[in-house]
Amino acid sequence: MEVRVHVLLLTVALMATLPGCAFMGKGRDRQAAASDADASAPGEHAVIEPEVTRRKIKTPKIRNSDFELGAYYGIISIEDFGSNSVYGASLSYHLTEDFFLEATFGQSRAGKTSYETLSGAAQLLTSKERDYRYYALSAGWDALPGEIFLGRNRAYNTALYLLGGVGSTHFAGDEHFTVNLGAGYRILMTNWLAMHMDVRDYLFDSDLLGKKKTTNNIEARIGVSVFF
Amino acid sequence: MRRQLALLIVLPVLLVTTAHGADNSRNRDYEVVVADPFIEMHTGAGRGYPVFYVVERGRHVKVLKRRTDWFLVRTERGMEGWVTREQLLATLDLDGKPVDLHEPSRTDYTTRRWEAGVFLGDFGGADEISAYAGYALSNNLSVEVTASHAIGNFSNSLIGEIGLAHVFAPEWRVSPLFTIGTGFINTKPKATLVQTQDRNDELAYVGVGLRGYLTRRFSARLEYRSNVVFTSRNDNEEIDEWKLGFTFFF
Repeated sequence: MEVRVHVLLLTVALMATLPGCAFMGKGRDRQAAASDADASAPGEHAVIEPEVTRRKIKTPKIRNSDFELGAYYGIISIEDFGSNSVYGASLSYHLTEDFFLEATFGQSRAGKTSYETLSGAAQLLTSKERDYRYYALSAGWDALPGEIFLGRNRAYNTALYLLGGVGSTHFAGDEHFTVNLGAGYRILMTNWLAMHMDVRDYLFDSDLLGKKKTTNNIEARIGVSVFF
Repeated sequence: MRRQLALLIVLPVLLVTTAHGADNSRNRDYEVVVADPFIEMHTGAGRGYPVFYVVERGRHVKVLKRRTDWFLVRTERGMEGWVTREQLLATLDLDGKPVDLHEPSRTDYTTRRWEAGVFLGDFGGADEISAYAGYALSNNLSVEVTASHAIGNFSNSLIGEIGLAHVFAPEWRVSPLFTIGTGFINTKPKATLVQTQDRNDELAYVGVGLRGYLTRRFSARLEYRSNVVFTSRNDNEEIDEWKLGFTFFF
């Protein structure tokens, strides 16, 4: 009897639990189905990868044009030795809109003194000693900026500048410490091309004619220069 | 003489062609947007040249080149003129950020690579002109090459030197500096003296000086050097050298 009751209870218990187990199985199937679905649609939950290319940042690389290279030709009056042609080159560096530094190399050739011409035969210097070469380092000031007008429709920018500096003159086989003072006029034909008219005085001490004196060697020249 | 003259003419021409070739390729794209109410365009790179055109806010301009504190710009309509740095600072680049026109200042001296300068001085009684170029090894220490020309009453000298310069405190407005180096000296007696020989000797120097910052990339430098010339005679020659100069760094 007891056994029959046990069997009945067990049957009831089984009846109650089996559908639940069947449910569990179903639930597991659903989970599996859900995970399958996840795998097939990755866009739903995955991290978004932005497809943006990084823009290249370009720092401004603006070309400087503070240097000015020039060539000139003119006349220099070498004290006691007459006036002669002179030519040379210069390199300037513009520090600010008002000030610049300039390095100049020039060369000429001295003529004869009046004494040599009158006496006929006497020669104070050898041919090689008549070579006249100088260099100068100067500082300039664009004192008067302005314009020049050609006709009604044409205007060019100009600047009148004053400058002074030091250097050396090689003359009569010797070097002479030279101070230079001068003024010039720059006409800008374009933004990079300029014409120059300059007058310079080169002063140095010389004892070539027996007595030591300060000589003034005045140079007038025209030139052309380019800014770069 | 004729050849030199030709060179003088050819050189600037060559330079122009190369400079302007480089100009076009490098600056083709640099464009900014005016952010100030307007910017003024001058006919030349200086305040003395007249304003001839005005560009309004929002317009685009191309920056072509710079001369001192002035910038050559080209408008959309093709007008070219010079604008000051102050006005261009208020423009924006195409990303809408202010244009960075870096201006060297005192603090930049510590990160300099190159510096150069010219001096006027006294070399044992002779007038001296010298120029130097330096390369910075660290904030304080740099290698310097100097070329000098001393013009005296009895002789002229050409001096070439290489040495080290140590700026004690590069961040200070005025800083002490110390130099040490070696070189050679070529001495040529004056032509008016009795026949004497040119001399080539080695020399060494130690020096002390002051470097004072002026403005932008410019400094002044005062230096004293004690030179010893190793002559071929029995005793060495000692020469005091004083010089004051103007220097700039990059």
